[in-house]
Amino acid sequence: MIELERLTKTYGETTAVAELSLEIRAGELLVLLGGSGCGKTTTLKMINRLIEPTSGSIRIDGTDVQQQPAHELRRHVGYVFQRIGLFPHMTIGENISITPQLLGWEPERMSRRIDQLLEMVELDPAEIRNRLPAALSGGQQQRVGVARALAAEPRIMLLDEPFGALDPLTRDRLQDSFQRIRRELDLTAIFVTHDMVEALILGDRIAVMDAGRLVQIGTPQELIQSPSDDLVRQLMDTPRRQARAVDALLQEGAGERR
Amino acid sequence: MSAQLALMPDYLTGHLQLTMLALLFAVATSIPLGVLATRVRWLESPLLGTAGVIQTIPSLALLAVMVPVLAALNLQSIGFLPALIGLTLYGLLPILRNTVTGIQSVDPALKEAARGVGMTPSQQLRRVELPLALPVIVGGVRTATVWTVGIATLSTPVGATSLGNYIFSGLQTRNFTAVIFGSVAAALLALLLDGLVHLLEVGLRDRNRRALAIAATGFGLLYLFVAITLAAPLLGSRDRVIRIGSKSFTEQYILADILADQIHAQTGLETEKVESLGSTVVFDAVKNGDIDVYVDYSGTIWATIMKKTVQPANREHAIVETTKFLESEHGMTVVGPLGFENTYALVMREQQAADLGIKTIRDLVPFAPEMSMGADYEFFSRPEWKSVEDTYDIRFEKLRTMDPALMYQAVAQGTVNVISGYSTDGRIEALDLRVLEDDRHAIPPYDALIVTSQKLREDHPDVIAALSELVGAIDAAQMRTMNGEVDEKGASAATVARRFLKGIASSASHPRAD
Repeated sequence: MIELERLTKTYGETTAVAELSLEIRAGELLVLLGGSGCGKTTTLKMINRLIEPTSGSIRIDGTDVQQQPAHELRRHVGYVFQRIGLFPHMTIGENISITPQLLGWEPERMSRRIDQLLEMVELDPAEIRNRLPAALSGGQQQRVGVARALAAEPRIMLLDEPFGALDPLTRDRLQDSFQRIRRELDLTAIFVTHDMVEALILGDRIAVMDAGRLVQIGTPQELIQSPSDDLVRQLMDTPRRQARAVDALLQEGAGERR
Repeated sequence: MSAQLALMPDYLTGHLQLTMLALLFAVATSIPLGVLATRVRWLESPLLGTAGVIQTIPSLALLAVMVPVLAALNLQSIGFLPALIGLTLYGLLPILRNTVTGIQSVDPALKEAARGVGMTPSQQLRRVELPLALPVIVGGVRTATVWTVGIATLSTPVGATSLGNYIFSGLQTRNFTAVIFGSVAAALLALLLDGLVHLLEVGLRDRNRRALAIAATGFGLLYLFVAITLAAPLLGSRDRVIRIGSKSFTEQYILADILADQIHAQTGLETEKVESLGSTVVFDAVKNGDIDVYVDYSGTIWATIMKKTVQPANREHAIVETTKFLESEHGMTVVGPLGFENTYALVMREQQAADLGIKTIRDLVPFAPEMSMGADYEFFSRPEWKSVEDTYDIRFEKLRTMDPALMYQAVAQGTVNVISGYSTDGRIEALDLRVLEDDRHAIPPYDALIVTSQKLREDHPDVIAALSELVGAIDAAQMRTMNGEVDEKGASAATVARRFLKGIASSASHPRAD
């Protein structure tokens, strides 16, 4: 369980995150949803201390994250980067096993773990583990990115718009894979996105943020049925509005052909 | 050509020792400093600024400046050490700058990923930043390598053996085979080392085992060679080697060979010549005992060391005074005069001098405002020139500094009208030049003196005795002939020296034979 309490980050005069309090329950996937600049990524990075908060606190299973050195904390929290961030000079195998290496795992155990993870993210270990990242497609790279985040068997995963840069079909498949893996491993995850459909499909609960503040938090159903304000209502309405637009287009096309 | 080849092992070894060690030290200091500059941001400008300023110092000057600096610190001021330090300093900037740039240009997303997967700052550096910056850093090392190999040829004037010995002595004795030999050898060495660094880069970047193995073997062998050749003199017999210094002109090379051969023949001691040194560099080295013996000129000591403005009464007076001065002020011993004077002399074309009716410097004065004068690197800043200017009130249209090896040609071809030549130079006759009489004695006498260090006098009276035999043994005509043989006829200084000593030996055994 992760608790954020009155979490605040300011850069000079600018407030990125203001007095944010949240609870993420064990085993749930919480989506942080909002437009760019709303503070969702800053919030995510404060959880594993890639960014240090100006004030407020974060507790994981009751322990303040400031209690241990940042690099120790990060080794036990999986992180999937928006820009993937595979190390170009390391093979896929080395990239995946980087955190286990830092933790001093036996080579044997690391090697088994690499194969296991590559299979989990639906890549062929024999074919891929000795390749360099540049030889992989974007979708394959982000599958490796997910595998790397999972390598040291973390209980918590942080994902920063992980599928945002992928084409729609690849994104669909990765969302499915990830959802399956998460359920298998019973992970607690925080998932940052600005994509409404992704949020609805993946999120157990969704926290909508705007201008560094939490606007509303609830299950997808709750947000759709009782949005707290116009922003949430409009956001929740986007998928259906887009579906109607698509429908209308189809009708029109059908009409013409007749 | 074969004579040049015979010198190669010595010169190449010296060059490799300097280059390889300077590079090692430059890499070992500038990469850590570069890393530091990316960690402690305010250090970046001062570090890069300092390295940049060092780089703007002309390379020859940087090496030369090391001599007095080291002497002030009571360290070996001549030879390997000043050259090594100068070269190391010169190699810093390209590596430092590229290390900083290389690390700074690593994709911020990768730096964040390195933190995100749980690396400590030093792990981020070793596992991500340095490997990714490697191609840029190696680029800097390659630049430094090529520079260092090239600039190492300038370590000859501070007394370190290098391929530059070919170039400096070749330029002075007009042996252009030697100049080309030295230049080409240095260029080939630069290409070879650059290639090895490149292979190392390819090996590390592409994990090419073969390239890595070749590069590692190459560097391994080179450093092993350097280590062995540096260690050998330390391990081997600690026999005293008598070090003989010379300034950078033909006469000095010949005299160094004469002194060396004489010492070796009479005492059996090994000798080592340290050639092409700057005038004050060699003086300081003998004073410190880094060099045992050299030949200097009474007028030089009178004017530049004693800083006298009044001229000595005559040759004898100058010899007595300088001998006394060197012993009491610097603890150096003057064994005695060789017997000839090599004075600065104003020299012009015989034809032009005859046409204008110029025999003395006084005769030259009215023509000077229409004329240009050439001189070696130091003459115009020497007290002798000031004395000539003041005594005769002479003013030239233009003063040009040029290499002493080239100035005779320059006056013979009319590029300049007058030069400050040396009175014993063989080219005066060969090129049909006239020495103008110093009728008002503006230039002090310049007797060649054998000068030794205090240490040599204390340790080796036998060497002093051997050198005493040379006192009064060479007259000006003989010296001019010997200089001419080297400069004009392409004989080597060593050959001319050997022939000379054979001459004295035979005249000594048959005192009245000739």
